[in-house]
Amino acid sequence: MASTIRIRAVASGDTTEVQSLIQHPMDSGFVKDSKGQIIPPHHIEVVQFEHGGKVVFTALWGPAISKDPYLKFSFKGGKKGDDIKVSWVDNKGASDSFVGKIQ
Amino acid sequence: MNERPDAPDRARRLVLKGAVAGGLAGLALGSFPFPAFADADAKDWPADAFKQKTEADALKALYGKSAEASDKVSLDAPEIAENGAVVPISVTSTLPGVTGIAVLVLENPNTLAAAYKIPAGSNAMVASRLKMAKTSKVVAVVESGGKLFSATKEVKVTVGGCGG
Amino acid sequence: MLRKVVLALALLGVTVQPLLAANDIDPQADFKAFRKYFTERFPKVPLKDFVNGPYSMDEGLRKQWQAKEEFPPYDFALDKGKEMFGKPFKNGKTYADCFPNKGVGVRQMYPMFDTKTGEVITLDVAINQCRQQNGEAPLDYLKDDMASLTAYMAFTSRGKPMDIKIPNDPRALAAYKKGEQFFYTRRGQFGMSCASCHVQNPGNHIRTEVLAPALGIMNALPIYRSEWGGMGSTSRRLTTCNAQIRGVPLAPEAEEYRDVEYFLSYMANGLPISGPGARP
Repeated sequence: MASTIRIRAVASGDTTEVQSLIQHPMDSGFVKDSKGQIIPPHHIEVVQFEHGGKVVFTALWGPAISKDPYLKFSFKGGKKGDDIKVSWVDNKGASDSFVGKIQ
Repeated sequence: MNERPDAPDRARRLVLKGAVAGGLAGLALGSFPFPAFADADAKDWPADAFKQKTEADALKALYGKSAEASDKVSLDAPEIAENGAVVPISVTSTLPGVTGIAVLVLENPNTLAAAYKIPAGSNAMVASRLKMAKTSKVVAVVESGGKLFSATKEVKVTVGGCGG
Repeated sequence: MLRKVVLALALLGVTVQPLLAANDIDPQADFKAFRKYFTERFPKVPLKDFVNGPYSMDEGLRKQWQAKEEFPPYDFALDKGKEMFGKPFKNGKTYADCFPNKGVGVRQMYPMFDTKTGEVITLDVAINQCRQQNGEAPLDYLKDDMASLTAYMAFTSRGKPMDIKIPNDPRALAAYKKGEQFFYTRRGQFGMSCASCHVQNPGNHIRTEVLAPALGIMNALPIYRSEWGGMGSTSRRLTTCNAQIRGVPLAPEAEEYRDVEYFLSYMANGLPISGPGARP
């Protein structure tokens, strides 16, 4: 099954810029379905990015992050061809991870 | 499938792991050591901070302190959101030694939208997309040198992002 | 002269009765008048930008759209569409066997007039015809699968100029004309025509939304709407709009909808395909 994680990492000079898009409903727990029942909260809690054996960014998310959440950040270092790993875990204990390459 | 310990157990375990004093035990960001090679871990999630209803309470739960306004924090957010479900924002800062960024939406049911941990070597910049229930101030908070600095912007929302 | 008067009245929102005989139908003249109206009303909008709907009309909205287009929310629907497009039918054939150029980069040719059946065929209808010819059940015009598949096909045509042909066939001209009439006819409890919003009021607000200009309005379909939290097909947008003006929506891909899509797409000839689009 395809990963839920899309990543675009581009190295330019001494900086790598990372953008990620993750497929996830990010249900806030405030929305009702067509029958009038509350859709329970279902959202990513932690997203972690690793490069060269160390964590380069961690996102702690609540339900106020939009559906199919997007993130952009940057770090010093990284070069074309390096691996960059993304992993996430949500409030139901589900998780996914993906290793992309820096362009 | 890992069992998730319920909150009181979790807090106790964090305390037992020897979290640094000077912030709420185990929930103070930037000071909690955790192995770098493990995947995203739900234990890092500051449940208490995400329940708070005011800026002051959210920042206290997250960092154990409050923020002062600073023009060295830049928050880019639209004046009028095209749709409250997907509001693109970005935060940057020229402050030195930034270890964390938090984003709060004051009129949302819970104030804290996101918190980011920025290790040494990573830049003071983050962009994401938020849900906003209604017109609200959005506050970007940057942790630098152990202190908190913030920038605020009001974003008008005509179509709320929380349904209904 | 009569045509210009009729068009002027239509642009003012007056219901147009069929005043013209079949041999008076002149799509090229209508095309020129339609384009002139929009370019004169919005002299600062570059011609190609009209396909971006409300974003060509409002700078604040445009900035937010551009931020989201950096890594668009419809990325997942596109991947699903690509997967659907490549998956063979039970009989081993694929969509590539039904469409010109193997179905890649052909969206801008739709709707087409089918001289055999005398009907306007939209991309969505062509997809279901392909499926039925190959022993597969049709896709629901209103649901996600159709939206994802058409999103992928639109994406392979991105940037290509709309290229709609009206053959010199009285039935094609009549279909085009019916589409034009549908566009300008008032309907629903609110008594609004498509033109009321998209010709008389582009750039203005209707409740909380900024209205898109009719010029190029088909070019961005299908669209991912933040409001829907997902991709929606052309039929979904047309039926929803009719419901929103308190009219009775027609069946998806009803003759009238296909004809209006034919008319509007022809009016956009030369303008780039911008689909799949993202909208509020």
